Amino acid sequence: MKRMAGFRNLPMFVTLGLFIVMFGTGSIAFPGFFSVQNFLNLFIDNSFLLILAVGMTFVIISGGIDLSVGSVLALSGMVTAKLLEQVHMSPLLVIPIVLAMGTALGLFMGYLIQTFELPPFIVTLAGLYLARGLCYIVNLFTIAVTNPYFVAAAHAQVFIIGTSFLSPGAIVAIVVVLVGFFVSRYTKFGRTVFAIGGSEQSAILMGLPVARTKIAIYGLSGFCAALAGLVFTLYTLSGYGLNGSGMELDTIATVVIGGTLLTGGVGNIFGTVLGVFVYGTIQTLIVFQGTLNSWWTRIAIGFLVFVFCLLQRLFESRKARAAVRGPLTQPAGAGASQG
Amino acid sequence: MTEEQPILVMKGITKVFPGVKALSGVDFRLFKGEVHAIMGQNGAGKSTLVKVLTGVHRQESGEVRLEGRPIHPDSPLAAQKLGISSVYQEINLCPNLSVAENIFAGRQPIRGGIIDWNRMARRSEELLKRLNVSIDVTRELSSYSIAIQQLVAIARVLDISSRILILDEPTSSLDDAEVDQLFKVMRSLRDEGLAILFITHFLDQTYRIADRITVLKNGELVGEFRTEALPKIDLIARMLGKELSEFSRKRAGTQAARDEKSVLSVKSLGLRGSIAPFDLALNEGEVLGLAGLLGSGRTEMARLIFGIDGATQGEIRIRDRKVAIRSPQNAMMAGMGFCSEDRKNEGVFAELSVRENIILALQAKKGVLKNISPRRQLEIAEELIKSLAIVTPTANNKAGQLSGGNQQKMMLARWLATQPAILILDEPTRGIDVGAKLEIMELILSLSRRGMGIVFISSDFEEVVRCSGRIAVLRDKVKVAELNGDDVNETAIMRTIAGGN
Amino acid sequence: MSWWKSLSRSNIFWALVALAALLVFNLFFTPNFMRVTIREGHLYGNLIDILKNGAPIMLLAIGMTLVIATKGIDISVGSVVAISAGAVAVLIGGDLAGNPKYPILVAMAGALLVSVLAGMWNGMLVSRIGMQPIIATLVLFVAGRGVAMLFTNSLQLWLYAKPFAILGQGYVLGFPFDIYIVGFILLVTYLFTRRTAVGMFIEAVGINPTAARFSGINARNIIFWVYTFSGLCAGIAGLIVCSTVMNADGNNAGRLFELDAILAVVLGGTSMNGGKFYLLGSIIGALIIQTLTVTIYAFGVPADAAPVVKALVVWAFSLMQSPRFRLTIAQAFNRGRVAA
Repeated sequence: MKRMAGFRNLPMFVTLGLFIVMFGTGSIAFPGFFSVQNFLNLFIDNSFLLILAVGMTFVIISGGIDLSVGSVLALSGMVTAKLLEQVHMSPLLVIPIVLAMGTALGLFMGYLIQTFELPPFIVTLAGLYLARGLCYIVNLFTIAVTNPYFVAAAHAQVFIIGTSFLSPGAIVAIVVVLVGFFVSRYTKFGRTVFAIGGSEQSAILMGLPVARTKIAIYGLSGFCAALAGLVFTLYTLSGYGLNGSGMELDTIATVVIGGTLLTGGVGNIFGTVLGVFVYGTIQTLIVFQGTLNSWWTRIAIGFLVFVFCLLQRLFESRKARAAVRGPLTQPAGAGASQG
Repeated sequence: MTEEQPILVMKGITKVFPGVKALSGVDFRLFKGEVHAIMGQNGAGKSTLVKVLTGVHRQESGEVRLEGRPIHPDSPLAAQKLGISSVYQEINLCPNLSVAENIFAGRQPIRGGIIDWNRMARRSEELLKRLNVSIDVTRELSSYSIAIQQLVAIARVLDISSRILILDEPTSSLDDAEVDQLFKVMRSLRDEGLAILFITHFLDQTYRIADRITVLKNGELVGEFRTEALPKIDLIARMLGKELSEFSRKRAGTQAARDEKSVLSVKSLGLRGSIAPFDLALNEGEVLGLAGLLGSGRTEMARLIFGIDGATQGEIRIRDRKVAIRSPQNAMMAGMGFCSEDRKNEGVFAELSVRENIILALQAKKGVLKNISPRRQLEIAEELIKSLAIVTPTANNKAGQLSGGNQQKMMLARWLATQPAILILDEPTRGIDVGAKLEIMELILSLSRRGMGIVFISSDFEEVVRCSGRIAVLRDKVKVAELNGDDVNETAIMRTIAGGN
Repeated sequence: MSWWKSLSRSNIFWALVALAALLVFNLFFTPNFMRVTIREGHLYGNLIDILKNGAPIMLLAIGMTLVIATKGIDISVGSVVAISAGAVAVLIGGDLAGNPKYPILVAMAGALLVSVLAGMWNGMLVSRIGMQPIIATLVLFVAGRGVAMLFTNSLQLWLYAKPFAILGQGYVLGFPFDIYIVGFILLVTYLFTRRTAVGMFIEAVGINPTAARFSGINARNIIFWVYTFSGLCAGIAGLIVCSTVMNADGNNAGRLFELDAILAVVLGGTSMNGGKFYLLGSIIGALIIQTLTVTIYAFGVPADAAPVVKALVVWAFSLMQSPRFRLTIAQAFNRGRVAA
């Protein structure tokens, strides 16, 4: 596709290469690594992360950030468990309620950010605190989910190829990815997100519905967080306040590794999927290795984030230097950060 | 080429902002099939007039008629719907989106409920071909030069509506070949009947492309002229509000450089994209004026000398010793000082006290650890406040509370505290009252008498003549000449800028 | 009368008012809030607890104040606390008899060295490479805990070397030892920023980075060193945290500390936009947060739910600092007045 093979998408191909190299190394080093099921497990074990990452991709492309997603995931799981187990509501009611709750919180934060020009970082960080706290107010300890529909869904196996299967959660994740891709590419909303990330001022001057879109983006992220929470509840069959701790960072990390620029305007849903693959493969490699501390995942991800951010920064500064021929009212390379 | 009735008539436009009358009873008319340039110096009202036309501002009085009918656009989008399109210097497009997408942002062709990328690409190619541009429209905008980006912006606005096209400073970032390309496009659009409003400060370009010129000065209409009927020197005179016959003589008995001791010597200093390589020499006790119109490159020159922008070629010598000036810190340590023309964004720390503002550079020169005691700070500050007659209740008041003129004097005080050998002043008299202006000019003269070498930049030719012993004249980012002795007068400056023809 | 005017205009004033209000509230509604008893020569009581438990956040807030003053932010401090705790724990070792692997002072120095390196890392990314502070400090935010867990081999490492406990649990002249540490750091920082030009330079860089550069200030260096200092403060806080509970939990140590630190700084009067900073204000801000936590707890709400209140306070404060919000409120008032 001519559109894909651009210099801008170079980071995504780096990620693809990274993933292939990692998966390949694992396949060579560990017997049993190279299997269809092992690949499909990437979807199963990281289904919630995929869903979070799709929402986060939109937010980051627009130039913002959402630090609350991990906590909203936990809150959604908590509320789901409570409503199912202690209030005895039917899943048909619980699911829409939880999704609405996540979306509402997201829309509220988006409203604060857009209307009063508050920094997304602080607003969503407070959202993280709010959701976490609400979790504990709902219930201090774990609630096990025993609702028959959820249990059935948790153990269900959808066979894809031969004996290799996907979980319902993974299927939901894949659907979210496909919908996300479609929205980002073929709808005006999606394209407005890119425009805002590229230059919000220009987008406003071009007459795009910037305010509405920005608020909606955070609502979308909240929706994804709630949905991810539901899927996570399927995965663990419980609601627990400490769930998803730090998951917002993993999400941001996978989005960045997938080639989306933290400064906004550039991003790709499939790149994000690759980022999640890389993340999942690192974890699988560590599990297969057996002796390595699982915290190496954190370090490896942190390192990859650093490398990708560094590359992005160098890429930006090279472009800035090339554009010295630009408007002469700006000093070249201004700003405290460059001294 | 021109029709009898203008497509646009603005009559008696007056626009007032708190404290300043930006436009007073300005008339303007635009015909179909012409390129019309608006020219004027700082504060002339060019951009305000355009903003009234595009609906950013509402005029206090006067009316705007488009094709005979009065219009009142209340936003740029409303103006666009009426057929008034504008492309600005900053090219308000999204660099990360493709060319095609920029042209169709917000109005993408839809087929079957989803965006039709193919049709978007094909339509974009057609629109660009009309402007003589054939590029890959699926690549992102930022991968193309500013010149191409500008044409993309033009393609977008013309596709949306095309009665009047406003181009605001479109050539500031273009090289000669690109300017040619843009002008070719403008001419073909004009020949098709489009009315083009062209705002620029480049003299030569105006004469190349504009059919008609409207000159504004201080918010008032000076006149509308056919280009071929207006010699360059007349244009300059009108922009500055001078009559050719009244030129002020160089002040009698001006300082000649006393003992020719060179304090600053610049050879072939240049930065690609900023200003053409130039030579400059300054002696002790001399005031060198930099004269030129807006946008001629004077500030760029100062920034290169002071190390704000890194020069890509050339050398600087201070007292005949070669120095590497890579940052303002280097420049300061080498004995230079610089007052920027943009006081607010590049000079004043509004929330710090006057005292802190004054001793800041001196403290930076001494280093972080050699603290200037608060008592000494107060001494230094109060001494300078007194000698420069800065009006402030105390030295500890916040600098943001001072008037413009006093803030300017405070900036001067900052650099005087470092006792520089060379002081570069960029528009030190801009935006301050007459009394303060005179004080500052007196100060400049007295400092030079005490041996300081001063580079004095001002848009007011009279001031430059009054203070300077020698004048370097700039035009369109090139230093074109130096004026000495008897040539230090306003007419000579204007003649030099106008060029031989 | 004029001293009242200048006091009420000072940024610290409102922080003091908030703190006073909280204390008065507790006076009425929390039994024995103000009671301070002496046991074994040590002072005990709610007020002492506030000081003691707030010590780590106060330290972080000191470093964070300077970072925010330069228009920056450091979200890695929580992770650096964990790294420091992990490092010192590993260097001391979990020998049951309490014999430290390395002399305790050496272990502490080692942990501080690691923290300083972390700060320098952040400083380099922001000042030399020019990364946005949020992004630059995000790296350690993500990876830091992993590093901490590496140190402790992902276990909670328990320490038994008694002398180390003095840091977080000891008392000198009746007052908890860690308060002295906070006081010392505060004093040193205050003197260094106010008695040398550093404080003024930091403010200049935050108020107008361009003008600072044009005035010959080496903004790059200033920025580099404030992040380094923030790392050091986080390191010291990590030592205290580890010493208080005599274990290092790389996963949970310092969790959510960064928002508390940022909140403390903002409450104390320093603006998130950089510029003038108030060290004392940040300390008061940290005390407010700690008192708030105690108040909530005294009402039977689990401490884990305190974040909800903090979140609401952050939103409220951000709104108040937002010019757009203040404008909206002003307009609403005017409309009301016109209608009436």
